[in-house]
Amino acid sequence: MADVAHGAYEGVRPAEVPDVELYHPKSWWTTYVFSQDAKVIAIQYALTAMSIGLVALVLSWLIRIQLAFPGVLPFIDAHAYYQIITMHGMIMVIYLLTALFLGGFGNYLIPLMLGARDMVFPYVNMLSYWIYLLAVLVLVASFFAPGGPTGAGWTLYPPQAILEGTPGQEWGIILMLSSLALFIIGFTMGGLNYVVTVLQGRTRGMTLMRMPLSVWGIFTATVMALLAFPALFVGVVMMMFDKLLGTSFFMPSIAQMGQHLSYGGGSPILFQHLFWFFGHPEVYIVALPAFGIVSDLISTHARRNIFGYRMMVWAIVAIGALSFVVWAHHMYVSGMNPYFGFFFATSTLIIAIPTAIKVYNWVLTLWRGNIHFTVPLLFAVAFIVTFVNGGITGLFLGNVVVDVPLSDTMFVVAHFHMVMGVAPIMVVFGAIYHWYPKITGRMYNETLAQIHFWITFLGAYAIFFPMHYVGLMGVPRRYYELGESHLSSSVTLNHYITIAALIVGAAQMVFIFNMVWSLFKGKEAGGNPWRATTLEWQTPHTPPRHGNWGKELPVVYRWAYDYSVPGAAEDFIPQNQPPAPQGA
Amino acid sequence: MTIIVLFLAVVSSIAAWWLWHQGLTSKPWLEEGVIGDARAPGMSTTSPSKVGLGVFLVVASTLFMLLISAYAMRMPARDWLPLPIPKMLWLTTGLLVLSSIALQSALMAARRGSLAGVRGGLVAGGVSALAFLFGQLVAWRQLSTEGFLLAANVANAFFYLMTALHGLHVSGGLVALGRTGAKVWSDDQFELPEITASVELCAIYWHFLLFVWLILFALLMGWGSDFLEICRQVFADP
Repeated sequence: MADVAHGAYEGVRPAEVPDVELYHPKSWWTTYVFSQDAKVIAIQYALTAMSIGLVALVLSWLIRIQLAFPGVLPFIDAHAYYQIITMHGMIMVIYLLTALFLGGFGNYLIPLMLGARDMVFPYVNMLSYWIYLLAVLVLVASFFAPGGPTGAGWTLYPPQAILEGTPGQEWGIILMLSSLALFIIGFTMGGLNYVVTVLQGRTRGMTLMRMPLSVWGIFTATVMALLAFPALFVGVVMMMFDKLLGTSFFMPSIAQMGQHLSYGGGSPILFQHLFWFFGHPEVYIVALPAFGIVSDLISTHARRNIFGYRMMVWAIVAIGALSFVVWAHHMYVSGMNPYFGFFFATSTLIIAIPTAIKVYNWVLTLWRGNIHFTVPLLFAVAFIVTFVNGGITGLFLGNVVVDVPLSDTMFVVAHFHMVMGVAPIMVVFGAIYHWYPKITGRMYNETLAQIHFWITFLGAYAIFFPMHYVGLMGVPRRYYELGESHLSSSVTLNHYITIAALIVGAAQMVFIFNMVWSLFKGKEAGGNPWRATTLEWQTPHTPPRHGNWGKELPVVYRWAYDYSVPGAAEDFIPQNQPPAPQGA
Repeated sequence: MTIIVLFLAVVSSIAAWWLWHQGLTSKPWLEEGVIGDARAPGMSTTSPSKVGLGVFLVVASTLFMLLISAYAMRMPARDWLPLPIPKMLWLTTGLLVLSSIALQSALMAARRGSLAGVRGGLVAGGVSALAFLFGQLVAWRQLSTEGFLLAANVANAFFYLMTALHGLHVSGGLVALGRTGAKVWSDDQFELPEITASVELCAIYWHFLLFVWLILFALLMGWGSDFLEICRQVFADP
């Protein structure tokens, strides 16, 4: 790989793709609805994910109102409360974040950043979106099913998930499990596309080590998701069997409403293992694309090459591999063998090393950079701070002795919202603002974006910082009502958190308004407003047309981070700019 | 869960070995100009479909390995009553072996350029795979008439679940095989390399299905239980 040649070897992709290789849409329907163009699919994924995410946002309002002012909303009884928290968690983790990062950003960025015309299997890619949409619709249908959606908690632990007494045990749980199974099938179709496109669809000169870190993050996360989602699939299918066909995979001998059921011998712990074998990698499936994207945002907006590119790549891969051997740290209180707890605590703490490398490298990239305080950069920096905060409480919880007393308290809620809620959402916003000019051809409104950033960033801290303290006081999570509490400061804090949450939620309307308004009234952005080096900013048209590139695919001559190169005419050199002639 | 962790260890060492040969230690910031081939050396001729199938096979293997992990974890419970495996399964195993051989012969015929050979191989492969599925259904029927119902014991449940998931994968393969067949029969104006590529994908998938089935069959026959017992003792799997 080290030999540098200015010609092309045999076996290199032809620069020109014969026209027949590309599927050409023939009507409005196949251009915008049943489209096989990865960019359209990306936008479909993103809009669907954000729409269902808005539902989850409203649900979080309801949770907070109930916690701070119990009884104010008369329709929230204990059953409704459990349904609300379950759907909030499930939607946010799977249907919003996973779908948005991999289906949304993955589809948009992978072909453009690698200089490909499209994904390698466009038809399967289209199918992936429509199955995802079906999964979302089945999920939404459960709100209207008799008995409402499931209230089993987002972890869906058996036996309670399918027994009477848990809301939605008739239809809700069945729809939930079906929706998850559909989601996994749809994702697998998309995931195969992302992986094979990265492996086989790169343009000439785009070696793996020249890929932008966004692609590295999305690629590694996709590989992880392809290996982790089957665990959820197996768990979901088995639970479906237990629920509908009366098998005893997970169901122990148990009585329900005074009646002994025919179940016997099943192992609820088996489900926990399967669930968390998926569930822990899921954290990094959301985090790794965020890691990658944030690297690109920082490098571009601080006009500085990414510090330690190789280390960043290795750290992404190492985190991906390590995250498969830490799952049982979610199960310290399940009665497991203490030696297992010891093993999983160790592996959990080891994962902090590659993560810390990444944080140092981001900070060192900013160090003495020519920082432009654009909105994407603000969100990127907010991500670093938030991720460090959430990560450090993760070190606490990774230790068995600290985790056991803190289990099922609001401390855990605060921890995972910081690390996999707020932090990735910061990247989502930063990335949307960053690529908005490319996707729409217009610039967003800067003032509105700044307002949105400051309310969201400060507001998120107003919500989740005090929540750690509430948790340390011992306030449990998943309680519908705290009753007569002697911990009066927890009551005041709950009021405060709720008010902050309502404000932050409302501030998202500013974001939506900005996106819609700028679509029509925004300034023309031009092809490369951020003066960025990566290929997606070098397309002949903005927004890029079907096929992405003109007649010829770009050829890559350099890595993705040639910012502020000494002696260069501009402070950035695009990846497809040929090297200066020798001796010039 | 030890089994799936071991499996993923194997997958990740292969991935690590592959990544290592991708120039992961290169210093991209020092290298200007077109660097050779964007693809890995030796992989440049592999078609995206073949790579895609390879990735899919890893995903499907993960699914079956997880199922086997669950099987191994659930088996030590006291309520586990092993069920008598129908003799039928020996026959169906033979049919699946035949199916795999037939597709391999179709592939070799395609490489020779013999259209008749391809057609014969595809028909033989498809028919024996259908017969395999039919045989599995007969085996289900025998078991359920003998009273080994799905919900009666978890060992039965695992039997039905594993055979059903494997059968679904075979059915999916038959769809792909049908599409390949349609290509071979539709008109005489087809490109031989294209046919060869399709037949090759089918053949690879069929060998995979056979391999998975042999493992599942061994497990269901109880041949693997000693091995699982050793694993359990060594790792004290909860």
